[in-house]
Amino acid sequence: MSPLLSSIFSTGFAFAILRVMTPLLFPALGVAVSELAGSVNIALEGIMLVSAFFGVIVSAYTGSLFLALIAGIVAGVFMGALLAYFHLKMKADIILGAIALNMFASGITIFLLFLITGDKGSTSSLQSLVFPSIDIPLLKSIPILGEIFSGHNILTYAALLAVPFFYVLMFKTPLGLRIRAVGQNPDAAESVGINVDKIKLYALMLSGLFGALGGLYLSMGYVSWFSRDMTAGRGFIAIAAATLGGNMPVGILLSSLLFGFVNSIAIYIASLNVPSELIQMIPYLVTLIALAVFAMRAQRIKNKSGAIQEHFDPDAVDALVKDVIKAEGDS
Amino acid sequence: MEKFILKYFTLIRTLIAILVGMIISVVLIYLISEMPAYSIKQFFLGPLLSKGRFANVIENASPMIFCGVAIAIAFQAKQFNVGAEGALFLSAAVGTAFAVSTNMPTVLHIIMVLVVAGATGAIWGFIPGILKAKWGASELVASLMMNYIAYFGGLYLINSHFRDKDAGFLVSLRLPETAWLPQFVPGTRLHLGILLAVIFAFLGYYFLYRTTLGYEIRTTGNNQKFAKFGGMNIIKVVVLAQVLSGMIAGIGGMTEVMGIHRRFNWQMTPGYGWDGVIVAIIGRNHPLLIIFAALFLSYLRVGGQILNLMADVPSELVLVIQSIIIILITAEAFLSTWKNKITIKEAEKVEVANESIAQ
Repeated sequence: MSPLLSSIFSTGFAFAILRVMTPLLFPALGVAVSELAGSVNIALEGIMLVSAFFGVIVSAYTGSLFLALIAGIVAGVFMGALLAYFHLKMKADIILGAIALNMFASGITIFLLFLITGDKGSTSSLQSLVFPSIDIPLLKSIPILGEIFSGHNILTYAALLAVPFFYVLMFKTPLGLRIRAVGQNPDAAESVGINVDKIKLYALMLSGLFGALGGLYLSMGYVSWFSRDMTAGRGFIAIAAATLGGNMPVGILLSSLLFGFVNSIAIYIASLNVPSELIQMIPYLVTLIALAVFAMRAQRIKNKSGAIQEHFDPDAVDALVKDVIKAEGDS
Repeated sequence: MEKFILKYFTLIRTLIAILVGMIISVVLIYLISEMPAYSIKQFFLGPLLSKGRFANVIENASPMIFCGVAIAIAFQAKQFNVGAEGALFLSAAVGTAFAVSTNMPTVLHIIMVLVVAGATGAIWGFIPGILKAKWGASELVASLMMNYIAYFGGLYLINSHFRDKDAGFLVSLRLPETAWLPQFVPGTRLHLGILLAVIFAFLGYYFLYRTTLGYEIRTTGNNQKFAKFGGMNIIKVVVLAQVLSGMIAGIGGMTEVMGIHRRFNWQMTPGYGWDGVIVAIIGRNHPLLIIFAALFLSYLRVGGQILNLMADVPSELVLVIQSIIIILITAEAFLSTWKNKITIKEAEKVEVANESIAQ
């Protein structure tokens, strides 16, 4: 077997895919929450960066993994809330606001990094912590499966668990219903007494939470330091993964796996001195094609069912009515 | 006075946003620098005090003007195309490939290379344009994906087929001299591309504000339904805006290669596409104002580099400041109460005047 094929069919390669996928899956879920709320968040890049930074700094200065986790999450959620503030209160366009936030995140982390360590490259001079890797009992001792699925960083398991969590949150809780209702038809949501701005704020904060976990994994799991602009476009790849996954949990898991797979292959191929650029291009090409196909299909459905459908989704309205009745019953 | 403020409100607002950004930068420098007065002087005056640095300001502004005008045309049609980055990168790579594999007399060569680069950019704009116009696919996501495809495609083309193997690092073969844009001030890298950038800004202005198609683009951006009922072909307008946007970004990328390094030497995307978004915002999508916005951003950047080099403040200060400026400019609520107060005052004045006439 060729060296490339034997690498790909090794358990180490499958293990690497999960590892590379983690910092894509979290932000992709974050993008999906915002998409479902109708306010696409392209600031995940900046959110991850800020969380990655504060996680490392707090862990280095307090020695507490728990405080680092809290700091990273607070930083990410704060960034999400900040975007919501710009968008909803200051009436800035959400895309331009997010572009500004990404720039701000890149600048402020390097700025603070320099003030704290005197170095503009990375925190390698600091003794920061990493989240532990865990062996799963029983699974660990199964050949092949154990080698692939056991021994990952705890945040990789958290990312996998975030997928069902996302499903329950968005599709089984009142908050999720409200978020989707606001995304599908803000006017209808408003008319049944939902505070649209508040729900969008919550959605963007949730988006920040997912981004924060992705960022923490990058600097405290994937590697054990913070370096400038270390997200390296993952916040944008997350948009691709969410789009390709149709903003649905299983779809996002699969698309994140695809991106993880291709990126892992690219790493192997680069080491074989073969041009890896064309392989690395594939997931973006696939996403572009998927985007086009989704859009064409949506257009066809819309044309078939007439103009009324444009602003009317019976499922969403049904869900809304049930939700409101339930809320009234509670009070 | 009030009338003046109302008439030029957006411009005044932009200037106030810039002023706020500057004040914040001064405060930040005071907070962290050991020698604040010196640092502040370096930051604000450094870019202006030497010929070389001032030339740097103008040089760096050139691709920003190209990308700013490119983005502005798309933004005027309300198309969130962030694909200038990819169009610029790929066009420069394809243009470089074309330039090194052809042989022509100089002026013709320059024109043909720019045509090839412009055409590449135009195709790059066409794809997200048609996807959006015909099927409603998000041009934001499409252009982001196209940026990555352009990046990897451009790298593949240069690194695998047109790489200079003797150079010791990853760069393309040197462009033949017939395809060089001349540099015209000795001791600097000021090149003809800068004049081209200004010409394209004027062309962009003329196109947007003095032609029917430009009017259609702006109308579509302001109110798509109105444009549609007015009989405009929305699909044509949206696609055209994106095609022109890609073309201008592509030409801008190629002039950088032809004017400065004379070979393709980007292994990372240079970020001019995002700078284009910034200067389009600061310049309010007006091509002529974009010239000033680009010079301003470039001035900040060079000031930041000097600050980094000569004083004890990191150049990333500029990133922080420019993001604050952008937020203030794009935030419609910023100063809106002020504007409302003035509007009411003016209206009351008119009322009082009318009453006195009536009496």
